[in-house]
Amino acid sequence: MKEFFDMGGYAAFVWPAYLVTLAVVVLNIFWARRSLARSRRDARRRLQMQGEAS
Amino acid sequence: MDWTWFHRLASPPHVYALAVRLTPWFAWPAALCIAAGLWSGLVLAPPDYQQGDGFRILYVHAPSAWMSLMVYVTMATAAAVGLIWRMKVAHAVAASCAPIGASFTFAALVTGALWGQPMWGTYWQWDPRLTSELVLLFLYLGYMGLRAGIEDPQRADRASAVLAVVGVVNVPIIHYSVTWWNSLHQAPSVMRLAKPAMPFAMLAPLLLMLLGFTLLFAALLLTRLRAEVLARERAASWIREVVSV
Repeated sequence: MKEFFDMGGYAAFVWPAYLVTLAVVVLNIFWARRSLARSRRDARRRLQMQGEAS
Repeated sequence: MDWTWFHRLASPPHVYALAVRLTPWFAWPAALCIAAGLWSGLVLAPPDYQQGDGFRILYVHAPSAWMSLMVYVTMATAAAVGLIWRMKVAHAVAASCAPIGASFTFAALVTGALWGQPMWGTYWQWDPRLTSELVLLFLYLGYMGLRAGIEDPQRADRASAVLAVVGVVNVPIIHYSVTWWNSLHQAPSVMRLAKPAMPFAMLAPLLLMLLGFTLLFAALLLTRLRAEVLARERAASWIREVVSV
């Protein structure tokens, strides 16, 4: 196990590289879902305002 | 030839419904491929005879770099379709691509620097491949900044689309930079006409990661596209149906 985390002496480069990429993947999923949630919320608000106006 | 499918792709409610239906079909296979790619890349693949375990950065660096280029080509193609046929949905696709592409370009640059330090002895060089990839990041950021800076959505679409289409010249420059100039960066070992220069145990994890990232892009794009289409369709009555929970 220790051998695995040591990455043949390259741990200081391999793990940060995987961490950065993983962070970009997770953030992309989060950002995409957040932007959809926002658009849905805004659309719902617009519909409500139109309903009150008419 | 029957062009109905093309016209249907121009219809926002149709595209929205299609995106809802298709997203899980890309997202779950993406998760599977990436999980299998990580396991096989970090555990099963043998260490490289020269780079030892350091070569494993390949499995996050190459897929990120592939995304940076593939997303840009998708964005520029969508922008061109939007300009030529004045198709709103195409502009929405292009706008959805930019943040995804920018973030993976960033990942490609950072993982490349972390690979460069132990193998080349430097995090950064003003090398043709590295510099043209950095220019790609600025193209994405410029595209996003331009969109954010123009209030009228139609003008923002058209102006940013021109930038995206013109910027596509950078894509072949990045790809061929390693053959056209003396570069620290190695030549392609998979994306080439000849057989890949890698044994199967090293190649398989890479192909899994490339496929996984591509599927992930499709899922992310469809999700962002729904958000863009909703934001653009102000008064359309179909919106009532899709947002009322």
